[in-house]
Amino acid sequence: MTEIYPEKTNVFIKGISENPVPLSELVDHLPNSIVILDKDGRILFMNQAMMALTGFQRSEALNQYCKYIIRSNLCSSQCPCRELQSDSEPVCREGNIISKNREKIPIRFTLSPLQDAHEGFVGWLECLEDLRSVQSYKEKELQAFSVGSLIGRSLQMDRVFQIIPDIAQTDSSVLITGETGTGKDALAEAIHENSPRAKGPFVKVNCGALPETLLESELFGHQKGAFTGATGNKPGRFKLAHNGTLFLTEIGDLPHSLQVKLLSFLDDQIIYPLGSTKGTQVNVRIIAATHQDLSRMVEEKKFRHDLLYRLNVVRMHLPSLREREGDIELLLDHFLHNYSQKFNKSIKGFSQEALHFLARYSYPGNVRELQNIVEFSVNICRQETIEMEHLPNYLNESRFEDVARTNPEQEQSESSLPSAGEVTDAEFQGVKEKVNSWSEAEKEMIMQALLKAKGKKQKAAEILGWGRSTLWRKMKQHNID
Amino acid sequence: MQKKILILLEGNDVAPRFDLCSEVWIGELDEHFRVTNEQILVLPNVSSEEMCQLILTQSVDTVICNAIENEYYQYLVWKNIEVYDSVIGEYKQALQAYTSGVLSSERILTNLQEECLLDE
Repeated sequence: MTEIYPEKTNVFIKGISENPVPLSELVDHLPNSIVILDKDGRILFMNQAMMALTGFQRSEALNQYCKYIIRSNLCSSQCPCRELQSDSEPVCREGNIISKNREKIPIRFTLSPLQDAHEGFVGWLECLEDLRSVQSYKEKELQAFSVGSLIGRSLQMDRVFQIIPDIAQTDSSVLITGETGTGKDALAEAIHENSPRAKGPFVKVNCGALPETLLESELFGHQKGAFTGATGNKPGRFKLAHNGTLFLTEIGDLPHSLQVKLLSFLDDQIIYPLGSTKGTQVNVRIIAATHQDLSRMVEEKKFRHDLLYRLNVVRMHLPSLREREGDIELLLDHFLHNYSQKFNKSIKGFSQEALHFLARYSYPGNVRELQNIVEFSVNICRQETIEMEHLPNYLNESRFEDVARTNPEQEQSESSLPSAGEVTDAEFQGVKEKVNSWSEAEKEMIMQALLKAKGKKQKAAEILGWGRSTLWRKMKQHNID
Repeated sequence: MQKKILILLEGNDVAPRFDLCSEVWIGELDEHFRVTNEQILVLPNVSSEEMCQLILTQSVDTVICNAIENEYYQYLVWKNIEVYDSVIGEYKQALQAYTSGVLSSERILTNLQEECLLDE
């Protein structure tokens, strides 16, 4: 049996070898700063790294309350020892200490209760991680128009970047909204990475990816024997995210029954695994995301209004790429550089025409679509400049629609071009007013020509300026009998 | 010659942090190092800057505290204020050590610690 007991300025462990082994021998060479506290928070032992960090010697620190030696900003008001029960899971907090040489050092504290085989709870193990190097790295990262993997220099994105650090420091639930491909996942990760929970896990669950029964077990876990095939206990994503962040993406697809369970968790932070009557307290921050309009879903009774209010504590909206002025060029450069390196290509940029087109394209798939366009183009391109011909084909189809939308004068001149056969300008305009796409326009034109030709296909084909077989093919295509 | 002492407090102890202290003991000592006048001020949410300002406006000669950032330590020293930092123990022990002439920075005054050091 291993036994730990303090003696003067060291702590000894029995059971490893015949004679007691000083704990200092085991932990003095670890890079992490470690301190062992008794039940009252007095220091029993600290390792060399802790001595270097605080500036206090082991002999000075022995039997002192940790707040006078570690001197953290958390000690007075938010000491984790006061919140934790003897059987609690470890907790992680960020704060700072002031060392003996009067330096304020940012620290991540991890505190866990120590259990003894005989007496139960005997004290605390505290681990301190120096965050100075991490913070300077983060500062550099922030300078480059980015937070995490989110990139942008537009005013709209700048506003988002500005509030990330503040939101990250709280434990409030966050609801991220935005069109598909705007970077909701990246934002959730950025919030987690900048939060005191960064050392903890970031667990992502797609609420729309699993059927209801599986999702419940996946989220909340299950007990052995809870259902056929439950051969063992499963912890569930909430438990796995303990001391970290749980990211629920596509929250709009969460089944109604699980919405109730999530609501219950947000109330008391207790989860009930399937088949278990005993709840487990977990410390998890919830970030949810959706591209759907949750307010409308509430009106349609597809989403619980009380859950929306709980999740909506902090709402962050990611703008679509169309709204982000100046970001398209930045993102094109960024992805071009990345993919050129990845695929070992020496592509230097886009041609004027391609750049002009890409800057005006509407990007319904937002940043993800832009990324895919660049990846495709870099793959296809065998020269130093990406031309129009290297862009995906579907863009050429939308090209004329987009250009027409952005250039009303050109649209006017196109519409005044002599139409095929006997379809007059007035008729063409009439068709154009009724329809939104070329496909609909074509169908309408065929109908008008057939009406004019009183159902005779040959004459209708002449009116349209097409061959008979073309008209037949197009009619079949549009399901015109 | 009279001296004015300020000790940062947390309960009966010297407060662990200069920047998070909400109570101070201010006392005047006569030439025989006897306390002639004393008061305790409660200061909710005082920053290090505000604490320095209080020390200056109260014309304090000596400050006894535990953790203090170098910036504020150097500022007070520059203002000719004597600062004893990293002092651990009850404020009355700290005052007694000061009046006895044995107080220094990094002085640990708790009994347990003294016993431990004696053992060594």
